[in-house]
Amino acid sequence: MEEYGGGNLLSEAMGSGPRVVVVEDCVEAPAAFVLHLLLKRALAGGGAVALLALAQPFSHYDRVLRKMGCNLSLHRKNGRLHFFDLQAFPGGPKGGAICDAFFRLYGDIQRVVDANRIAEHAGQFTVMIDDVSLLEVAAHGSIDDVLDFLHYCVTLTSEMNCSLVVLIHEDIYSSERVGLLLHLRYIADLVIRAAPLSTGLATDVHGQVSSFPLLVALANIMMRVGVLHL
Amino acid sequence: MAEAAVRYLRDGRLEGEHAPALSVSGSLQCCPLAARAMLHVTAALASHAASGKSQARGLVIVAFDRSPQVYLDFMRRRGLDPNTFNRCVRILDCYSDPIGWKQKIQSQQHQESSVEPCSMDKENVTIFRSVKDVDKLMCSIIDLGRGFEGEDKIYFTIAIDSISSMLKDASVSSISGLLSNLRSHDQTSSIFWLIHSDLHEPKFSRAFECLSTMVASVEPAVVDSVYEEEIPGNMSFLEKNYSNAKFYVRLKRRNGRVKHLYEELHVEGNDVKFISSSVSAEVNQNLLPKVQFNLELSEKERSDRANVVLPFEHQGKGEPIRIYDGRRSLPEAQQDPNLTASAILDEVKLPKSATSKGEIHYIRDSDDEQPDSDEDPDDDLDI
Repeated sequence: MEEYGGGNLLSEAMGSGPRVVVVEDCVEAPAAFVLHLLLKRALAGGGAVALLALAQPFSHYDRVLRKMGCNLSLHRKNGRLHFFDLQAFPGGPKGGAICDAFFRLYGDIQRVVDANRIAEHAGQFTVMIDDVSLLEVAAHGSIDDVLDFLHYCVTLTSEMNCSLVVLIHEDIYSSERVGLLLHLRYIADLVIRAAPLSTGLATDVHGQVSSFPLLVALANIMMRVGVLHL
Repeated sequence: MAEAAVRYLRDGRLEGEHAPALSVSGSLQCCPLAARAMLHVTAALASHAASGKSQARGLVIVAFDRSPQVYLDFMRRRGLDPNTFNRCVRILDCYSDPIGWKQKIQSQQHQESSVEPCSMDKENVTIFRSVKDVDKLMCSIIDLGRGFEGEDKIYFTIAIDSISSMLKDASVSSISGLLSNLRSHDQTSSIFWLIHSDLHEPKFSRAFECLSTMVASVEPAVVDSVYEEEIPGNMSFLEKNYSNAKFYVRLKRRNGRVKHLYEELHVEGNDVKFISSSVSAEVNQNLLPKVQFNLELSEKERSDRANVVLPFEHQGKGEPIRIYDGRRSLPEAQQDPNLTASAILDEVKLPKSATSKGEIHYIRDSDDEQPDSDEDPDDDLDI
């Protein structure tokens, strides 16, 4: 699928080196595939990835990425992919404060990032969260804790040559005036949004992807809409 | 008119008054632009402080949203020399480690092994690790402000970027308390902050506007009146709003009169540029009745008017026309930093009174009022 518009649009949007990428989707047009493309892109470029998976188990990503020609198990063995299975997050002792759980999680991520920085290959490091909406559920709806955690992940991007990619389900927040989504858009350098076609369903086109670079250093703002074929 | 706001902040407070305060507000529709306008104002005040034109000796930046590095880079690109920067800018870094997690991890690591921690060593950046404690934040800000060099009473300017991030960890009342305490602190020369208005209920942003003497709001250049918000996929709107915005300033003068100013803001490289739009009439448009006469000047008439030398101003005669611009901008001041504003004025008069009989020389203030404007020339007087 990356031969079509979606892939080109992504590489064009990612070309400017955004630090914080927010991928928004909705039920009609899920954008998990964007994460898969970005995951493959990050690993293929010689970098390392920490994948915080709340939505799917490792076997799912492994199967999808294998179809795309990328062997996740191998990368995991080589220490280039750090997989955090958070389906049971926060887990641990019941009754522990959620902020402590986030603190421990952040500590683990920072350790991995530090180790990567010291290692010889030391490419770009990507922290990927699939997805933030579930993180909020895990935090029992405490947005402040999620935002604190995300803020620390963002500080990694400015201090340690990292990038952060997060997926969020936009339609969950459509009725809220102020929510996690708005905060995320503020911290984003690049917003990638998957939406159904405005003209309705078509046989071979599933939806459209748009990207909005918000990068402060960008002088020339470019914006394109790509049509996504699945 | 961003100039006007900057000038008010630069001139600082009078004895017995609260410091002037500017609130810069913006929404997501023009998000990068409000933040850039804030950077622009910050850099302008830093360079005023560096050149000694402002009342404040230095600038304390309280950075929540952006890493101190962003400020350092921006100021460097604006041409501020790193030494001056170190002398008159202090950054309280609430971005890197706002709730102390990194320090905690570091101390844990030290117990296990001695891994070299990654830290930022910059003399003018202080990392603040407990943003939830508003009282401590206030003390740290004031401590940093007191650290500037100088004799007599040292004034300083405070920039907070942004209030919205503070509101995540503290209540509206405690932050309003912090702001008004900072405003009334006797060493604060001026204070300004950024607020993302759409992240809070409207009453919150209004509460902070009440604390300020100036409000600058950055609004999207184009708004679709039918949908009232961006339509996904409608790129032309977005594209325009990312490079242009409207900049409204509302400022309250000492005598209580309120002024509305309007400018257009354009992205230009890494900085923003303010263009006083010929549509400044837009603000007045609703107020003025529709009449047959021409109330506005054309571009040519405007430039002709600007070229007229008024009889009470000195007529040039080969000398450059000086405009009084802040406390110490006259060339003599640059050679002698100890001069005060009144001393400068004396010095300007002296050589002339030596050559001829008594003359009164009028030096126009750089303030934006035209000499022949309708405004009451005495309205600054406190009677």
